Amino acid sequence: MDLALILSTLDATLRLSTPLLLACLAGLYSERAGVFDIGLEGKMLAAAFGAAAVAAVTGNVWLGLLAGIGVSVTTAALQGAAAITLKGNQLIAGVAINMLAAGLTTFLGIQWFAQGGRTPQLTPGGRFQNLTLPFANELSGIPILGPIYADLISGHNLLVYIAFLAVPITWFVLYRTRFGLRLRAVGENPKAVDTAGISVTRLRYQAVLITGLLCGLAGAFFSIAQGSGFGNNMTAGKGFIALAALIFAKWKPVPAMLTCLLFGFLDALQIRLQNTDILGVQIPVQAIQALPYVLTVVLLAGFIGKAVGPKAGGVPYTKER
Amino acid sequence: MSALRPLPRWADILLLPIINLVLAFVISGLVVLAIGQNPLAALEAIVGGAFGSGYNFGYTLYYSTNFIFTGLAVAVAAHAGLFNIGGNGQAYIAGLGVILVALPLQFLPWWITFPIAILAGAAVGGFWAFIPGWLQAKRGSHVVITTIMFNFIAAAIMVYMVVNVLKPAGVLAPESAMIDPAGRMPKLGTFIPWFKNTDVNFTLLLALLCLVGVYVLIWHTRFGYTMRALGHNPTATTYAGISNSRTIMIVMTLSGALAGMVAVNQIVGVQYRLVLDYVADAGFVGIAVALMGRNHPIGILFAALLFGALYQGGNELQYVIPGLSKEMVVVIQALVILFTGAMEGMFRPGLQRAFMLLSPAQKAEAEARNTAKSES
Repeated sequence: MDLALILSTLDATLRLSTPLLLACLAGLYSERAGVFDIGLEGKMLAAAFGAAAVAAVTGNVWLGLLAGIGVSVTTAALQGAAAITLKGNQLIAGVAINMLAAGLTTFLGIQWFAQGGRTPQLTPGGRFQNLTLPFANELSGIPILGPIYADLISGHNLLVYIAFLAVPITWFVLYRTRFGLRLRAVGENPKAVDTAGISVTRLRYQAVLITGLLCGLAGAFFSIAQGSGFGNNMTAGKGFIALAALIFAKWKPVPAMLTCLLFGFLDALQIRLQNTDILGVQIPVQAIQALPYVLTVVLLAGFIGKAVGPKAGGVPYTKER
Repeated sequence: MSALRPLPRWADILLLPIINLVLAFVISGLVVLAIGQNPLAALEAIVGGAFGSGYNFGYTLYYSTNFIFTGLAVAVAAHAGLFNIGGNGQAYIAGLGVILVALPLQFLPWWITFPIAILAGAAVGGFWAFIPGWLQAKRGSHVVITTIMFNFIAAAIMVYMVVNVLKPAGVLAPESAMIDPAGRMPKLGTFIPWFKNTDVNFTLLLALLCLVGVYVLIWHTRFGYTMRALGHNPTATTYAGISNSRTIMIVMTLSGALAGMVAVNQIVGVQYRLVLDYVADAGFVGIAVALMGRNHPIGILFAALLFGALYQGGNELQYVIPGLSKEMVVVIQALVILFTGAMEGMFRPGLQRAFMLLSPAQKAEAEARNTAKSES
């Protein structure tokens, strides 16, 4: 493989990792606070639709992004109401959210835009354009480092940079702020947090809303950054890969980024390897597609390390009377 | 709050699900209204599409057949305290077992192939749920996450098998070879002309048998008692000297085997070949069916009929009212899952209070208890 090919594969890796990373960090906040979230997929899908619909009508990418985040946060609030206030089953709430998003986005899409569920093609003002970082052109002449900077690091859309910036921010929030300490505590031992006079409900809602915000960014990435419009089920199970990545990363931000990069790389590789032989053997693309799931199952089973989630995860908190 | 008493049984199994269902319909109706369509006309189109003629009803029963299987799969696991979210994957991969016996046996009469296909589907579907069960029992990984992952792994395997192994040379569409017409199972319409040539077939009878079988298993066998005990209190079963891991593995296998029957319905009964994505999310509908049916076979029967009718009616909807698509049914289904499964807390306390006010004896008792508490 020559440098250009490697760079373009890594470039694709960054792009494909972005929505995974955003969704994975989204899930991290909620699950660290003790609310299991298998509805990442649904929130992303809803956000992708909301963002594309508003961006298509207004032609403004920022309004689109705002709408995507708004839809996702609203959905998260609904899920939060079920899981926190009503003390419902968090897993079932997630299933319902996924289904609701799949049904509503298609249903409304067909009705509003009459294009079989797709939203109209976005104008350039309606989607995030690729940014050229400063000096990218000037430095591209430098051997090896130049192309890496100009082709790999520069030239992505804003949401890619936001996703990777969110990693140190999440790390800082989680491990260096009072909010983060409480958030982690509420996922491990909500009673202790409650005894300290801090509202478990309030903390969990805050976490779930941050989850909504990040899922909104992830969804918007699909429809108004990477793509140029919404298509039926366009998140295509990425929310579940993000969930797998979250478990694989043992609910920690930096490993989450590395896992998402790995899964994104597998995805890029899978696209590149379509119908090509390696040393005369054709690797089925399906095997690479299934690899993130297989790896997660193997990890969960404790064959390579051990993934143990937040202790209070999945259990609604009830104050003792 | 603590003075609330449990609901009467009939309210718990009938009234509460119906309130939730009505609410799901009302909200979906509001969505339809919001986009400028008439929700009552939509409901009429769905009901007509589901029950309007023998043809429509035949398709309703065909969908219900699948939903009985997946609903039972979820319910059996739920009784043991397990949430099998992998019905889709189990039903999908079971198709591999079914087609691999159905094709070699295609020249035999269907009534020989049918039971063998059932066993093959049950074996493969059961195996696909056994692994997550085994992983939970022995390795401590949560069955929900594992079954989600197994849905995707199953999908990848099936695409590979259909495209690279089962697809006959020279066929463009990604599907296996057809079962020979001589070995195909006749549809019910052959015997009951009212159904015309709809997809409802003998697998419906298998579904009804499974309903009875699951009822007997859960409430009239020693193992059923064991699994319910596990669902209520795993510590107690351990204390009683029962192996929880063994129960978990058997229950998951049974659950997967039931989900696998969808493959029998689709391949032996309807398509006569293996196609991609034939499960069409029936596994997820099963979650709604089991929740609505309160994990009881009779409830599941009615819930499966309801969702069968919704799916068939939803298919017809788009032809009656242009612009309204069948995805409306998915919305209704999602709301049913949300209200019955995750937002139960919304109505139960209110309903319990209402019942207390309705019955004077209970009201007096509750008041007595409240005063006793405030005095102490």
